[in-house]
Amino acid sequence: MKARDLTDLAIRNLREAILRNALTTLGVAVGVASLVAMLSLGVGLQQLASKRLSQSGLFDTIFVTPKNSFRGMGRPQPRDVESDKPPRPLDEDVRREFEKLPNVIEVYPQIRFFTEVRFDNKPYSTVVAGMPESSRNSGAFDGMQGNFFSSPSANEAILQMEFAKDLSDQPPSLVGRDVVLRYAERQASAGAGADPFSGGGFSVVPKELKLKIIGIVETEPAAGYGGYGNARLLIPLQTATTLRAAQVNDLRDIVRGDSSDKLSYSSLSVRAKSPSQVEALEASIKKMGFNAFSLLDASKSLRTFFSVFDLLLGIFGSLALAVATLGIINTLVMAILERRREIGVLKALGAADSDVQQLFFVEAGVMGLLGGVFGVTFGWLLGRAITFGTNVYLKRQSLNPIDLSSVPWWLVITALIFAVLVSLGAGLYPASRAAKLNPVDALRYE
Amino acid sequence: MPETPPAVQLQNISRHYQMGQTRVRAVDDVSLTVGSGEFLALLGSSGSGKSTLLNLMAGLDRPTSGSIVADGANLAQLSSLELARYRRNTVGMIFQSFNLLPRMTLEENVELPLRLAEVDRSERPARVREALERVRLTHRIGHRPSELSGGEQQRVAIARALVNRPRILLADEPTGNLDSTTGETILNLLREVQSHLGMTIVMVTHERFLAERFADRLATMGDGKLLSTSSAPKVVAQ
Repeated sequence: MKARDLTDLAIRNLREAILRNALTTLGVAVGVASLVAMLSLGVGLQQLASKRLSQSGLFDTIFVTPKNSFRGMGRPQPRDVESDKPPRPLDEDVRREFEKLPNVIEVYPQIRFFTEVRFDNKPYSTVVAGMPESSRNSGAFDGMQGNFFSSPSANEAILQMEFAKDLSDQPPSLVGRDVVLRYAERQASAGAGADPFSGGGFSVVPKELKLKIIGIVETEPAAGYGGYGNARLLIPLQTATTLRAAQVNDLRDIVRGDSSDKLSYSSLSVRAKSPSQVEALEASIKKMGFNAFSLLDASKSLRTFFSVFDLLLGIFGSLALAVATLGIINTLVMAILERRREIGVLKALGAADSDVQQLFFVEAGVMGLLGGVFGVTFGWLLGRAITFGTNVYLKRQSLNPIDLSSVPWWLVITALIFAVLVSLGAGLYPASRAAKLNPVDALRYE
Repeated sequence: MPETPPAVQLQNISRHYQMGQTRVRAVDDVSLTVGSGEFLALLGSSGSGKSTLLNLMAGLDRPTSGSIVADGANLAQLSSLELARYRRNTVGMIFQSFNLLPRMTLEENVELPLRLAEVDRSERPARVREALERVRLTHRIGHRPSELSGGEQQRVAIARALVNRPRILLADEPTGNLDSTTGETILNLLREVQSHLGMTIVMVTHERFLAERFADRLATMGDGKLLSTSSAPKVVAQ
């Protein structure tokens, strides 16, 4: 029999015992809904964690330092044995080379320094960090109070919430007020040329810069690996660069006497398009003769954790679906008993065993598909309801709302395919039983 | 002129069942030839084995031994798929209790064999109409079987049996559930089909009078054996 005729007959048969079949389909729907709701929570939590981690820049960023870096934590740096050349400094040329590497979004220097901030004539020690313009859209500042920097070179500051609490009991009232940044500017010493970063030594001159507080952010978005500690006052990267603030490696360069003629950075952050590309990128950078670090292994462990977590949720979610398959088997076995004579007639008219088998299969498949469609819808609604409930709770706790559940397309399609396959599996026994019915006995059946 | 091969040829056919400790010989060593275009009536009392023999000819059952040659093939040796194809294309069946599917309209009931034979959808309405015209029921095409009288239901069953244009029509007590007048109408219709379409008809009945009146030949069975075959004396209805 052709597929269209089979489907037509199957739907007609399902409509015949509409209440029983609807209840069976509802059972499948509940099973699929529980599966989808569980997995949507798993996926949602994974996305939430990934988002937070990607905002932290931990997993898509490679931190590059020169081979002679201070950052080796006392470990002897592997020298370039084959060529006894001095290690390359991280200068602007290198930064551009990194930018040209495949799958690199951006490369920016890490500028962080300990300094003092004056607010209401009181001194506060803190770490200042330069934020690249790209962080505006990275989601790192989602939910912040106030605004992001008005321009890449604005004399503006965003405070980290804990620091803001140090400054005032009413952190939101700080937005719009000024703080004074006191820092050590690196200036060329007399006779050493105009460029303070050229060799020959430099002077450190105390300077001040007035910054307008324009926003407060809950967590420090730049707490990436390789920082000198949590930065609590964030300024635009360009502003930070123009300050020429003395950094930790300056003294080391002087002591080692290998400060080059050009501006060099203590470290560069190379951001990859996705964490999956970090490994290859890190290898390329190492080949170029630099130290490169990333937290790739941690990212892998996290993915493994969520895979296992999703699997467990899937197993629990599937339990209801397993019960629903028993419902399908029961319904179809009942249908065989009721339609015994009809099966006999079909066979007398020329239906092959396979036609009868396929008819019952399609009936099971249609129940599975309908159950799947309703189940995905219920599951999505259930996920939304859980998210809504959670957000009501979070709001009461004065916390930001989160998107707890997520139903991506792959989950919808997988759930539908799974529902149909499970239903077909459930139809296996009844279909083969119907196909094996002896037509003479079936026709005699009253 | 070459001789037309028989429509069905049964050679030493037996069909035995095991019921507990007892072996039931439903059909026992029956040999019978049904000529092409012949109207054969199988007579016998209840349990004589006539319906079993008809089921064997229909390919619904397999003999314990012997051969049934129809359409050039020995049904005893066909696979179940080939038997299904034989039932679909070579034979049409009608039953005592009509066996129409109650939730389908007449049109859908008659269309069913065409679905099974995978006849093109565009071709089906004309074929259904043609079959229903032959039994003079086109005006009830959208009705369900429950809205029809017994005679009309049997006419629909005949239309369904004819729609795939088989060469053999097998009728199992077609008048058993009908009053005598309606029964006669049905048999007149079968006779008409036989003469107009040149079909071979094998009818199981226990109504000797009707069989003698409408069939070409009578085969009488008893206790699973073929007791006699004879040409039917044409009885003219009063």
